[in-house]
Formats: sequence, C-alpha cells, structure tokens
Amino acid sequence: MFKVSVYVTPKAGILDPQGATIERALPALGFSGVTQIQVGRFITLFVDGDDESAVRADVDSMCRRLLANPIIEDYTFELLGVDGSGGDAGAGE
Amino acid sequence: MTARAPGGVRFGIVVFPGSNCEYDTMHALGTFPEAEPYYLWHKDHDLQAPDVVVLPGGFSYGDYLRTGAIARFSPLMREVAAFADGGGLVIGICNGFQILTEAHMLHGAMLRNRGLKFVCRAQHLRVERTDTPFTRTLSVGDVVQIPVNHNEGAWTAGAESLHEIEKRRLVVFRYCDAQGNVTDDANPNGAVDNVAGIVNEGGNVLGLMPHPERVCESVVGGVGGRGVFTSLVEHVMEVR
Repeated sequence: MFKVSVYVTPKAGILDPQGATIERALPALGFSGVTQIQVGRFITLFVDGDDESAVRADVDSMCRRLLANPIIEDYTFELLGVDGSGGDAGAGE
Repeated sequence: MTARAPGGVRFGIVVFPGSNCEYDTMHALGTFPEAEPYYLWHKDHDLQAPDVVVLPGGFSYGDYLRTGAIARFSPLMREVAAFADGGGLVIGICNGFQILTEAHMLHGAMLRNRGLKFVCRAQHLRVERTDTPFTRTLSVGDVVQIPVNHNEGAWTAGAESLHEIEKRRLVVFRYCDAQGNVTDDANPNGAVDNVAGIVNEGGNVLGLMPHPERVCESVVGGVGGRGVFTSLVEHVMEVR
C-alpha cells in the first residue's frame, strides 16, 4: 500500500485571485519580499498495491481525469510506501 | 430510446443532486406553448427522446473538488454526450456550463471570479452569433439583459483553445455594458475576452453563465432570456 500526497496548483499565467489577495495582505503584517504565492489543493489518499510503477500510473490518471483540471491546474504527487511495501518512493511527475 | 410524442418540443431538464434552477427552468419553459419540458434524474440511463437537453444551474454535488467536476460522471451524462455527438441540442446554464467544460464538451474551464466575490446582478450581453439554434431569433450586436449568479464564472482557456475558438467563432455571448461595449468594467467575473457563452464546433452545444430562464416574463423584471428559448423552439419545429 502507498500513501499518496497530491499537490494541485494553478497553472502559471492562470488568474489566481486567492494567491494575489494573500500576497497583498502579507505586507500589512510586516512581511515584505514575498512573491509568487499560489493557492492550490492538497489531497492525500491510500492506494492498495505493491507495484509502485502501476500505482504511479494509476495516480497520474486520477490526477489528469479528476483530481486536477489540466486546463487550469498543474499537479505533482509523492508516493510513500506503507505497511512494509517499500520506502519513500520519491516525487511523482 | 422511447418514441417521441408528436407535437411539443421536448426539453429534458437534467436534475443532479444540488441542482437548484430546475424548477425555474421548468416554469420558464412552461410559458412557451410549444415547449414540453420534463425532468430527468442524473442516474437515469434514458433521455426519453428529447429535442433539447438542459443542464440547469445550481451546485451539483456541492461544487466539491471543482464546479461540475463530479456531475460529469453521472450515468446520464454518458447519454448526454452521445446525444450531443449525434448533433442533439444541449444547453448548459451556469452550473450546466461548468459541467460541460469539465466534461470536455466545450472549450475551457472555470475559475473563481476575479475579486473572489459571488456575483448576482443584472448583466448586459452582446450577441456575437445568430447562426446557431440558440440565437437565431436575435441579431448580431443585440444587447440582451440576463442576470448572472455565480462564484466560479471566470471562463478561461489555453492558448490553443483560444486560437480555435477565435478561428471557428465559438463565442456566442460576451459581457458588455448597456450600449453593447465589451469592456473590462462590464466583465462581472474576469472571464477571458468577456466570454459569457460559447458553443462547440458543431454549434449544437451551448454553455452560458447567465440565466436566461430567470427573465422570461415581464412580471419578474424582464424578458431578455426569451430569445434563447424561442430560437430553440423555432429551430426544432423547422428541422422536423
């Protein structure tokens, strides 16, 4: 089994009003020099299976078809083997 | 598919969990004598021989994940896609438009409104095309007033899609001011190029953020939405 962490972020150049609003708010707290804030989504899931490359392919398909909308969002994911089925499997695409 | 009853123009209104404009749509269509509206449940597998499928406004599946993202997988959506592939007329209003983009039946995707505010107001739209079944009774350059009521209406698309949309003239309505000027001030949500409504390449699927069903009787403050339904009724009657 793998614990999967999926990070979904707005594509570069896509209007991100939440990020822009936070970027304008931080100077009010005295933080300067903070730029390129993006607000996205963090999704965790557990996937059965021992074959890391098969799980990776499945998760990639899940991301493309549902978890992210590739027109407006980028995604990355990480796999972490749990229950003794391998160690940290590293970052996804 | 069941055989079509002769006579009325059949509008199948698809109800998803969280839809909330299906009654308005039913009521509005009831003001057109030729229209024969009926409800369809999203878990159905039969469209019941519609002339037009309507995806109404609302918050299907609570807008979970992204607006329209889950509704797209409802069993009936497979039938809707097949119906559209065969040239069937589909109109998606507000959440219906969001569902059609998520289902890749229309170009682009929806972002949260610029300014992060839910917008609910009367809105002027400029008619860009009248050679569609949805706008044939209107004139190019006409300004119609139809309300908007949404949180995720900033339509956007990738550069390739935008090129395709431009080349094939897929934009049917743009946000404008009362005089028909397409300006940034008149854009309620930050949609790219003030896009309020687009069709697919076949011209048989329309998505629009404004709600024509809400302005079909003068008693509710306007009749700016009637043109869309009158066009559909006329078109269906003519091609029969």
